[in-house]
Amino acid sequence: MKITHLILCALLLSITAKADWLNFRGPSASGYNPDATGTPSELSDATLAWKVSLPGRGLGSAIIVGDKVFVTAASGPDQKQLHVLCFGAADGSPIWERRFWATGRTMSHKKTCVAAPTPASDGERVYAFYSSNDVVCLDLKGNLMWLRGLTLDYPNASNSLGMSSSPLVVGNTLVVQVENDSESFAAGLDKISGINKWKLDRPKAANWTSPTTLNINGEEIVALQSSKGVLGVLPDTGSRIFNFEGGAATIPSSASAGDSLYIPSGGLTAITVKTDGSETVKHWNESAQRPGTPSPLVINDKVFIINNAGVLNCANRQTGERLWRIRLERSDKSATPTGSFSGSPVAGAEGFIYLFSEAGVGLVVDVSGDEGEIVSEIELGETILSTASLDNGAVYIRSDRHLWKFGK
Amino acid sequence: MLPPNMKHFLFLATSLAVTVLPTANLHAKVWTAPLDQIAKVGPEGAGNAEAAEAWAELTGQGSEIIIPVLEAMESAGPLARNWMRSAVETVFEKDLAASADLPTDALKIFLLDRNNEPNARRLAFDLYHRVTPNEADAIVPGFIDDPSPGLRREAVARLIDEGQNLLNQERKEESITTLTSALEAAREVDQIDEIAKLLREKLDQKVDLPRQFGFLMYWDLIAPFDNTDRGGFDLAYPPEESIDLNGSYPGKEGKEISWQAHSTSDDYGMVDFNKPFSPLKQVVGYAYTEFNSIKARSAQLRLGCKNAWKIWLNGQLVFGRDEYHRGIRIDQYILPVHLDKGKNTLLVKACQNEQEQDWTVQWQFQLRVTDETGTAILSTDRKPTPDATEPARRRGE
Repeated sequence: MKITHLILCALLLSITAKADWLNFRGPSASGYNPDATGTPSELSDATLAWKVSLPGRGLGSAIIVGDKVFVTAASGPDQKQLHVLCFGAADGSPIWERRFWATGRTMSHKKTCVAAPTPASDGERVYAFYSSNDVVCLDLKGNLMWLRGLTLDYPNASNSLGMSSSPLVVGNTLVVQVENDSESFAAGLDKISGINKWKLDRPKAANWTSPTTLNINGEEIVALQSSKGVLGVLPDTGSRIFNFEGGAATIPSSASAGDSLYIPSGGLTAITVKTDGSETVKHWNESAQRPGTPSPLVINDKVFIINNAGVLNCANRQTGERLWRIRLERSDKSATPTGSFSGSPVAGAEGFIYLFSEAGVGLVVDVSGDEGEIVSEIELGETILSTASLDNGAVYIRSDRHLWKFGK
Repeated sequence: MLPPNMKHFLFLATSLAVTVLPTANLHAKVWTAPLDQIAKVGPEGAGNAEAAEAWAELTGQGSEIIIPVLEAMESAGPLARNWMRSAVETVFEKDLAASADLPTDALKIFLLDRNNEPNARRLAFDLYHRVTPNEADAIVPGFIDDPSPGLRREAVARLIDEGQNLLNQERKEESITTLTSALEAAREVDQIDEIAKLLREKLDQKVDLPRQFGFLMYWDLIAPFDNTDRGGFDLAYPPEESIDLNGSYPGKEGKEISWQAHSTSDDYGMVDFNKPFSPLKQVVGYAYTEFNSIKARSAQLRLGCKNAWKIWLNGQLVFGRDEYHRGIRIDQYILPVHLDKGKNTLLVKACQNEQEQDWTVQWQFQLRVTDETGTAILSTDRKPTPDATEPARRRGE
């Protein structure tokens, strides 16, 4: 093969290779995608690729499937208008929008909203889920595949503060957690038809966490977190694989790495599931590593948490021992303070962690060295309660009014 | 795919059929079967696969399907309506992008017909507005007494703007007249609040918000029964068996308790158990009232409550919910019911739990009776809204 052909092939690969971000916090719903290469080290006007207006609020992240970006929103006086929006990843051009009337309760605390969950995809379909318990399945062209109104089926399944658990496609199942003080459950819906494959009663307690997945002997296990702990189930049947009963937070979700799970429980607790899946082994617990609202993040041999004081802690993944910490603050003390974080940290292959604060301040933290370093800051001037999403060479973030893309 | 000229012919024929002969549509077969299929979607995902095929069939058509699909929403359930809405908007967007003919006149006729389904009419208005924004804006004032809350809201918003502008120009009498009209027409809480604030604070007008909303202000209360470990929610205490306002019963820790008259003067009809019984924890209270309806009719009970609650109408349990302290707002729960002609009894159970945080002190609820549009239905013997200092009175006193 001639060198020119090799170069052409390499170019084509670089153009077509994608690192889809299919759900909340990307692969395994844990925030780290080593396949997302070339994400920008700088968030600035110079790296802003595009910015588009959204028709309503939302806390859910964008997901990226091929050359399309999907995001949800809710609008109207009582948030009863539900939106699913599709944009072109290259230029942010609108491709299609579908709208629905909420069939469940739309009341929420004013900080959150009905479009709090991030949509999910299996690469062929998009699954939008809302605090009203409406579930919408569309194909990538916007053709409606199925609808569920889970409040119509289970009338007391709601939380007057709003719910936020994001769905997850695992195999042929869409996993949803509808956990609240009253009719509390988790369900596995057939991803093609939307019918129940399984439905589990869950602790009657408000819960805003999202499912994650572990990989045990090559099999994906869904981890359902609640105030009681974490229940591991088979996605196809809902059958129990393991149960960690040490209690857990109801806002930040766990992060997984292979067969290990890092649970916001008594600070942070690391467990693995034994290879036969029969029980869990607790490796360590660090009460000082207490995540605030953001979920933890595992990158190779390190685990990161952001506490309620706005401090990023880095710990040894094997021992829980703290390696370093930095305060997530602006270099210019006269600039808008970073403030609190609702969104979770995410990272790609380059060793950059992307964080956006409620005040609309975006940070890039280089964690590739022995100490963390904030290498870029940007002030977007809008409330941001969501988590960034990554693609090759790109970072997406949604604010209250816009969807932004940085990078190429 | 139909050739453009044929498609145009079909559109004209369909428009005529829809607008002139709505019950004898010549092209019913194009959409009848898929609409029938979509209407069959049921609980727990039943009928989804068939509905998807029907949706694809519908959206493969042109804008001739728009009006029939809007009409089909009248008898459809909420899920089926969403399938239909999505089909309508998909076809509309497709034809709009292709600069194809759209049934503009038929949309206007549909949206102006108050017998049509309220959500469908609002959707028709949105589509009509996309095509002819000026004409659409011109018909908004006519929605001021519209049964569709979504359309009425637009007209009320206009009046609020007008009233505010008149106020800004120091034309106070005209502003009062305009805002009073707006208040009479308003059905949604945020608009009512906005108007009342202007009338009260800027124009020194009295506004009877409880009457406007239809809150129930006079009750008989009995408490406390036991709710240790939240066990009282599922226990049927004597008021759930029968109502005897002269009766007394063993309450929490064996103390004898009896009914007492209570009224609220709160703008939003808040019935606060903590006032007569002092702040208590792990207790159950009941509130009883009667509501006289001028006729037998469908209605809605609209409840706000941050405690666990149950509600009975005429002795029948309507709904209950065991959630504590996750927030309260007007119309938090909307419960469809049927009122008997004459006397109807209402019993509310409100449970207080064990939490000690300062945001868990509240033990209260607010209840109003409305029609499906949120318009207050007033009891035929509704008493004047109590003054803040007025003592409680029993019904009939």
